[in-house]
Amino acid sequence: MSSTTNSPTHHTSTIGSIGTPSRRNTELALLVFAVLITVFAYANVGLAINEEVPSGLLSYGLGLGLLAGAAHLVVRKFAPYADPLLLPLATLLNGLGLVAIWRLDQSKLLQSIQQAGNAAPRQLMYTAMGIAFFVVVLIFLKDHRVLQRYTYISMVGALVLLLLPLVPGLGRNIYGAKIWIQVGSFSIQPGEFAKIALAVFFAGYLMVKRDALALASRRFIGLYLPRGRDLGPILVVWFISILILVFETDLGTSLLFFGMFVIMLYVATERTSWIVFGMLMSAVGAVGVASFEPHVQQRVQAWLDPMKEYTLSRQGQAGHSEQAMQALWAFGSGGTLGTGWGQGHSELIRFAANSDFILATFGEEIGLAGLMALLLLYGLIVERGVRTALAARDPFGKLLAIGLSGAFALQVFVVAGGVMGLIPLTGMTMPFLAYGGSSVIANWALIGILIRISDTARRPAPAPASNPDAEMTQVVRPS
Amino acid sequence: MNKPLRRIAIFCGLLILTLLIRDNWLQYVKADTLASDDENRRVNIARYATPRGDIIVGGKAITGSVENTSGDYKYKRTWTNGPMWAPVTGYSSQAFGANQLEKLEDGILTGNDDRLFFRNTLDMITGKKKEGGSVVTTLNAAAQKAAYEGLGNKKGAVAAIDPATGKILALVSTPSYDPSKFAGTSDEDAKAWNAVQKKNNPDDPMLNRALREVYPPGSTFKVVTAAAALENKVVSGIDDATKTPDPYQLPKTTTDLTNEHGTCENANLRYALMVSCNTVFAKMADTVGNEKMIEQANKFGFNNKELDTPVRASESVYPEDNEPQNAMAGIGQASNRATPLQMAMVASAIANDGKLMKPYMVDQLKAASLDTIATTEPEELSQAVSSETAQKLQEMMETVVNDPQGTGGKAKIPGVTVGGKTGTAQHGLNNKEKPYAWFISYAKLADGSSPVAVAVVVEDGAANRGDISGGGLAGPIAKDVMKAVIDSNK
Repeated sequence: MSSTTNSPTHHTSTIGSIGTPSRRNTELALLVFAVLITVFAYANVGLAINEEVPSGLLSYGLGLGLLAGAAHLVVRKFAPYADPLLLPLATLLNGLGLVAIWRLDQSKLLQSIQQAGNAAPRQLMYTAMGIAFFVVVLIFLKDHRVLQRYTYISMVGALVLLLLPLVPGLGRNIYGAKIWIQVGSFSIQPGEFAKIALAVFFAGYLMVKRDALALASRRFIGLYLPRGRDLGPILVVWFISILILVFETDLGTSLLFFGMFVIMLYVATERTSWIVFGMLMSAVGAVGVASFEPHVQQRVQAWLDPMKEYTLSRQGQAGHSEQAMQALWAFGSGGTLGTGWGQGHSELIRFAANSDFILATFGEEIGLAGLMALLLLYGLIVERGVRTALAARDPFGKLLAIGLSGAFALQVFVVAGGVMGLIPLTGMTMPFLAYGGSSVIANWALIGILIRISDTARRPAPAPASNPDAEMTQVVRPS
Repeated sequence: MNKPLRRIAIFCGLLILTLLIRDNWLQYVKADTLASDDENRRVNIARYATPRGDIIVGGKAITGSVENTSGDYKYKRTWTNGPMWAPVTGYSSQAFGANQLEKLEDGILTGNDDRLFFRNTLDMITGKKKEGGSVVTTLNAAAQKAAYEGLGNKKGAVAAIDPATGKILALVSTPSYDPSKFAGTSDEDAKAWNAVQKKNNPDDPMLNRALREVYPPGSTFKVVTAAAALENKVVSGIDDATKTPDPYQLPKTTTDLTNEHGTCENANLRYALMVSCNTVFAKMADTVGNEKMIEQANKFGFNNKELDTPVRASESVYPEDNEPQNAMAGIGQASNRATPLQMAMVASAIANDGKLMKPYMVDQLKAASLDTIATTEPEELSQAVSSETAQKLQEMMETVVNDPQGTGGKAKIPGVTVGGKTGTAQHGLNNKEKPYAWFISYAKLADGSSPVAVAVVVEDGAANRGDISGGGLAGPIAKDVMKAVIDSNK
């Protein structure tokens, strides 16, 4: 990282030192590229379906371009040293999601069952709201450490958000999972926002408690066992995850929160035993709940034998869904290179084709090659997030960054794995790709926070101290 | 804190890697299985995305396609005069699948056949839409129409063959069904489909009686027995008297076999076939023996499980059996079973000087550009009988039609030599059910060539069982079919 080690006067070993380029122009170039790819894909859909360049091309292209440009300008002004990849990656995923949603809007089948039609303009509006959120985060959150002050407020907020769907009259059951609330004509998935609030709470809490959790322990068969009272927090989080699983019947949400906590706990304490405990507890929880909760059982059945589930659904039996099998067919029919934009038949998935199952549309229309590239884009976002955590100078920032990127990775895995039949299906959606305001807004906020942390991390250190003695003391740390 | 961070980074990398591996499994390893799964609607969407290629008879398409007004299947199959052609084409339904030619030649008709790959690739490059090819059949529209109209409301089947090549000229089964009625996916289609299923319709209109139903061949089988006798030198000449008592006691039984007409005691072969003596042919079958009878029947195409036209015909059976049963099988009763196509093959082999040609109904497969992709070459199945025996059999069969005493007089065509054999096959417990009326025949032109051999079976006729004779019911239909072929060749 440091290019100045050869100079005796600059023996700072902090990451990113004076003279590190801000990389804002790289970001701009990548953004232009991201918008261009999106516009090209959009034109492609129009040509394939209606044999003409879609009339909305200019407005969509301009809309996305303006939003991305605005975001870029705000980053340039308020977070000049931020990671240059995060914004273009998010923009590209968001843009491609818009294209796929617009493509499904054209399906007569989906229009006839009110599953699509005008989803793309709304998603563009959500994107605008998401980027507005992103801008707000960057302008008002001057330093991510401020969030530390709100550790316990975040906890309360997260719990309220998580429990909202269970409030009678407010919560909505969509395809079995109760992770939605209805406010007026809007459906909100509070779990997406709770993800961020929980990350803030865990980071603040663990930063304070990490020494106690890490050091006070006994050794047993090669593992450091935590003291009984230190087990408290993980038990509480585990219990809440189980509650989510039982009452909101969503394995994905439950797994996501518990997984995020275990990751952060492990990073904070550097104790492998927490990972072992975490895995044992999730296994016990999942198997335990699956043994009595019919909705979870049914999801597992559908995962083990999607064809049987399809047949039962075709026979008109209630409570069964053909979606899982339809998604597999969509992937298989896409093959290596895909059918090309607009030429697949992923509308056969019907319900939630443009939200939970949107990945199947990508699988079918851009094929194995395209989908692998898409998954790697997600991998890149996670990688930039982890790098931000590595580069962050304060433990709170490290924990928050790894919590957010770990949760992001888990969510991608749980959703993509579910749609591809690797694990049972859950009710969550692909970040940025899927139709849905909560998801888009929350994930833009998440990227905003990561960018804020990365800006702080990469910001050049304050001018070197004039006292050479102070310089010498710093050399001890290996870079 | 950086060490656990790096490990978490590896963990996240593994999550993504797992997804990538799963994706490769789905979209590379399992891709073809998933993409071609019958339940995968895309298979049918692609199948019906372009007008299906046509099935051609005599240069005219007997099928077509109409554009659907709703749904994701763009085109739907239609048939001109569906009930008449259904035994040839089969059906191709968006909801209920396909059979016969529509299924067997699906690759050509949809344009997905591997043999069209090069053309399809060219079309893709030049931007032309994929089109289905066509299937040119060997059928004769006039003969088909004559057979279909001849059967009318009666239950039965007709098969006609060109003896020299084995080309199938007519293939009719009644009652029939209209495949156009259930080609789509609507509720009416489902209703029409249910109405023709055997469980809802005792007449079983979807049964292709010409190819897939086996009947006792009755007296028409006597020509095969005669052939076996002549080939095995059991009799020396067709005009030499046989030593046959009347009535004839079936071997090893006390059952007497009698005759319906004529004086059959010690009758010669020609006379015995002319008036259809049971005694003579039962005794002859017994003298020839079960083994040799099977051998002769096999040469005519019996006991062949894989007779593909390309639509597979049911196996006609001449059974291994004890002496009395073998004697009865020799007159087309007992466990002897034959499809109408099989009996047409018998007549055709005799007309073709003993040479049995493999029956087929697909002449050519053509690409959408009308280039020929494949042509079926006539194929010899066997030398059923020697040329001399065939001449003798022809002589006898012509006597059946031309002699005033003969049973086949109704098949006479002025100016054409016709040889035939009637049959009245009894069936059911104690032969109580109405017999099947049979007629097999061939026509021979002045130049000695034979353009058509035909077999007709009528399952139910007038209530009076005495009236159900092959000559009366089935003969005129055979005559019309033969005449239609001869006229259309002029």
